[in-house]
Amino acid sequence: MRWPRPLTLVLALSLLLAVSPAGAQSVLRIGLNDDPDALDPTISRAYVGRLVFAGLCDKLFDVTPDLKIVPQLATGYEWAPDQRSVVLKLRSGVKFHDGEPLNAEAVKFNIEHHINTPGSFRKTEIGQIASVDVLNETTVRLNLSEPLVPLLAALTDRSGMMVSPKAARALGDKLGQKPVCAGPFRFVERVAQGKIVLEKFSDYWDKANIHIDRVEFVPITDSTARLASLRSGDLHMIERASPTDLPEIRGDSKLKVTGVPELGYQMIPLNVANGPRSKTLADARVRQAIDLAIDRETLVKTVFNNEYIPGNQWVSPSNYYYNAKLPVRPRDVARARQLLKEAGQPSLTFTLIVPPERDRQEAAQIIQAMLAEAGITMHLQTQENVTMLTNGRKGDFEAYFTFWSGRPDPDGNVFTQSTCKGAQNDSHYCNADLDALLTRARQVASPAERKKLYDAATEILVRDTPRLILWHRRVFTGTSARVQGFTPYPDGIIRFKGLKLN
Amino acid sequence: MSLARFVARRIVVLVPTLFFVSVLIFSLQQLLPGDAALALAGEERDETAVAAIRARYHLDRPVVVQYAIWMGKVLRGDLGESLRSRLPVSELLASKLPVTLELAFASMLIALAIGIPAGVLSAARRGTVADLAANLVALSGLSVPHFWLGIMLILLFAVRLGWLPASGYVAPWENLGRNLTTILLPSIVLGTGVAGVMMRHTRGAMLQTLSADYVRTARAKSVPERLVILKHALRNALIPVITLGAIEFGRLLSGAVLTEQIFAIPGFGKLLVDGVFNRDYAVVQGVVLVSAGLYVLLNLLADVLYFVANPRLRG
Amino acid sequence: MRRWLRRPAALIASGVVAAFVAVALAAPHLAPYDPIATDFRAVRKAPSGAHVLGTDEVGRDVLSRVIWGARASLLAGVIPVALALTVSIPLGLLSGYAGGWIDGLIMRLTDAMLAIPFLIVAIALAAFLGPSLTNAMLAIGIAALPTFLRLARGTVLALKTEEYVEAARALGCSHVRIAGRHIFPNMVAPLLIQSSLTVAAAVIAEASLSFLGLGQQPPAPSWGSMLNAAQRYLSQAPWIALYPGLVIFSLVMALNVLGDALRDALDPRYG
Repeated sequence: MRWPRPLTLVLALSLLLAVSPAGAQSVLRIGLNDDPDALDPTISRAYVGRLVFAGLCDKLFDVTPDLKIVPQLATGYEWAPDQRSVVLKLRSGVKFHDGEPLNAEAVKFNIEHHINTPGSFRKTEIGQIASVDVLNETTVRLNLSEPLVPLLAALTDRSGMMVSPKAARALGDKLGQKPVCAGPFRFVERVAQGKIVLEKFSDYWDKANIHIDRVEFVPITDSTARLASLRSGDLHMIERASPTDLPEIRGDSKLKVTGVPELGYQMIPLNVANGPRSKTLADARVRQAIDLAIDRETLVKTVFNNEYIPGNQWVSPSNYYYNAKLPVRPRDVARARQLLKEAGQPSLTFTLIVPPERDRQEAAQIIQAMLAEAGITMHLQTQENVTMLTNGRKGDFEAYFTFWSGRPDPDGNVFTQSTCKGAQNDSHYCNADLDALLTRARQVASPAERKKLYDAATEILVRDTPRLILWHRRVFTGTSARVQGFTPYPDGIIRFKGLKLN
Repeated sequence: MSLARFVARRIVVLVPTLFFVSVLIFSLQQLLPGDAALALAGEERDETAVAAIRARYHLDRPVVVQYAIWMGKVLRGDLGESLRSRLPVSELLASKLPVTLELAFASMLIALAIGIPAGVLSAARRGTVADLAANLVALSGLSVPHFWLGIMLILLFAVRLGWLPASGYVAPWENLGRNLTTILLPSIVLGTGVAGVMMRHTRGAMLQTLSADYVRTARAKSVPERLVILKHALRNALIPVITLGAIEFGRLLSGAVLTEQIFAIPGFGKLLVDGVFNRDYAVVQGVVLVSAGLYVLLNLLADVLYFVANPRLRG
Repeated sequence: MRRWLRRPAALIASGVVAAFVAVALAAPHLAPYDPIATDFRAVRKAPSGAHVLGTDEVGRDVLSRVIWGARASLLAGVIPVALALTVSIPLGLLSGYAGGWIDGLIMRLTDAMLAIPFLIVAIALAAFLGPSLTNAMLAIGIAALPTFLRLARGTVLALKTEEYVEAARALGCSHVRIAGRHIFPNMVAPLLIQSSLTVAAAVIAEASLSFLGLGQQPPAPSWGSMLNAAQRYLSQAPWIALYPGLVIFSLVMALNVLGDALRDALDPRYG
């Protein structure tokens, strides 16, 4: 360790003195559930990092709370009639934190960087962009290898985040240690597993709407500890509060809590055709029987104090794309037994893999008891998350308990999960009609048209039940009463626009 | 044997030990199941991205080559980067070490404050109710599961009484008062366990010194009993106790895994458990290597202390 | 005076341990409910006439689970020690008796294992082997091994130079015969003392691993996993956390007292 030199010390002290009288500085402290991974939009993977990016990096587009696409760094878009290219108009006069201009060249650089960087996790999201044409200083055209309407939704997340090309070139794969973007706050420092500090960017294009001077993100993995810090005033906001925390937050007059249905879902993929272990659950009637034996209402009531939402589709009941003709079915044990008899497996026995995590462990045990009442023996096997996912991919499972975190565009919640060659389709369920519907839904721009296609797809999925979709969480955000102007979003990300600390 | 020769000999023995430690640590990584690259990718399933991670961390190379690469870097003082956050492991360790050290110091303080007086008392009043009581307390400290004691203390002091925070560690230079209140419960949890060990050893050492000739002589000269115990017996009994203290301190540096987990203290233990569950190999290896190294060094220190304190060993 | 004070403690302790063994054996007859029968209509109910210690997070009877949990804990105490003994006695004999590079190799490995904290080895092993009670016991056994190995070797070294051993060798006894006849019987006392103390440590280790989700798997009951489940309901249902901890404490305490008594009786140095 190096000791600070006297000169540096004097400088630091005088700086401290210079800053300290400005007591009016408002510092917003946000408790995170986890320490984020690398703060580089191209290689970032963990959800929790997106909360930090919301302050650091603006995106080409954003979504509204009801998931409509709205301008951010781009001011508008226009699809070509064949949906094979899209022209983006950029906001003019936007600067990166290092003073570099955010222009069409910078956008071209970023898109290509996202696609070409080895180890990029954005390639799956926007890999269909074949080339980028700079039309003028504030206009670019994205040329696609295939029609892909959900592309715009990808640009509302990390794929749409723009970093300073100069910084990216200079820092290379160390960019995540000192990110330079064009968001409302600039990066100050990161103490690993300690905190991430951002400060207001004075040249931000929308600075009139930013009322916070400094943001500190503090990762605290223990939910009790996080809540305690919110109650003591050390934190002003906590993300993804646990349902078991809610009675305490609601009982505290200095705190508020908001909850909106998440974009994702909690589910049990069943092995339909992935290797030799798919024999047990290959018959759709057997999978139906399991589905019918589960009482989702009671499950959610028992394990989550009724704070979550029972679900049966790949979007939550409040979503535009939910097929209202197929609501959560009531439990029907007699019908379940009958289906099993028809399928010739009256005493069905299978194993569910559960990771050592409380929510799913408890739910699994309740489901086990429910299935037992329908004559189904479900063994539980605990495997660590990573092991479970590795086995899921290999087909070494009959059923496993996992979740999908959710995407704003419906395509992101169903395509790779349910199409024959989908990367997330561990069940290896394959249905040509379904593939056709889901592929078509990628190519039409009109939401009403897409809804028709998705409704038909949902019908197939509910009938064949390759995955048991069980419930949707609510994203709870706990805030101190001092925080004003907070709007909850279903993606759980805190937007800083309009946010105030009294 | 001279002190220098003694130390030199001990250090020579350390070399193969440390080599085996490094092999064991490296095999820990090989033992952990599941694909680290896949763990890192999370929901993302892009094969090329996963392959790029494997290549970056040499996970696609043979085990022996991986070990050689790792060892080569370690010998140059480079512990690699965290697979998850891409921050240098040495930086992570440096930021956690003060936390763990503080917790270990506070726990040791509590252990000494309880263990030594209790040990002296029970040896001086051997066979009395006080002796029995002290033994019972020591045994309780040894027998109580730390994590359960932690939970119960949280339940009582944080949930029921609301006197102390359940967690929410802050560094002492940020807020000393809060730092002390958050460190208090976990230090009690860890300290009581060590106090049991210290008490028993103090008692044993005291009983030995109390029967030694010079104590008998002092007593025969009708030196007051209090003085005999504190000045003659305790002073000599403390040597083995301090030796043991060094070893126990080494244990505290890495043995606080569960306690740190329960009180959400961001120290070595937490870094380690998170690393194991995230398959963050570089972090796991770094933590284990440093704590094993510290443990070995403290043991060496204890041996040297013991050697210095026991002239008889220098035959 | 001292013996008088010591003896009842040892007596009580053996009573407690015997009681736990009896409870574990008679669990099916003692438990008022099926320990794994969930009742999703009665979760987290406070202690009452029907459920003396209340119900847990999925509506199981806490008392029944505490009773059945004794089996997991006792097994986890005894089996790792048995494992450590079966490996360490022959290896210790070999190491102490053969000396030379074999001894050096075994001892340096032992040193290395001792340098890595017990719980870390156990966590890594349990994670590697996959979470289950059997694997947790295996992990604890392996983690306990170096202490036993050192002890066994130390005893051999001390005995090797004893007169009667040297006499036997002079009379032309084979090495195997000397090891079996003369050395092994003298290893019993120290290993027995270490075993009794390690059983206590192993009970805690199992609870710790189960607490981290790496030991006994649900729905099977174990005191450690009960505590794991209880942690998130501390403010709402504290009874789920209280009783499993109390029984771990009593069992481990009794085992430690017993270990002490055993040491006092067998080891002349602690008269």
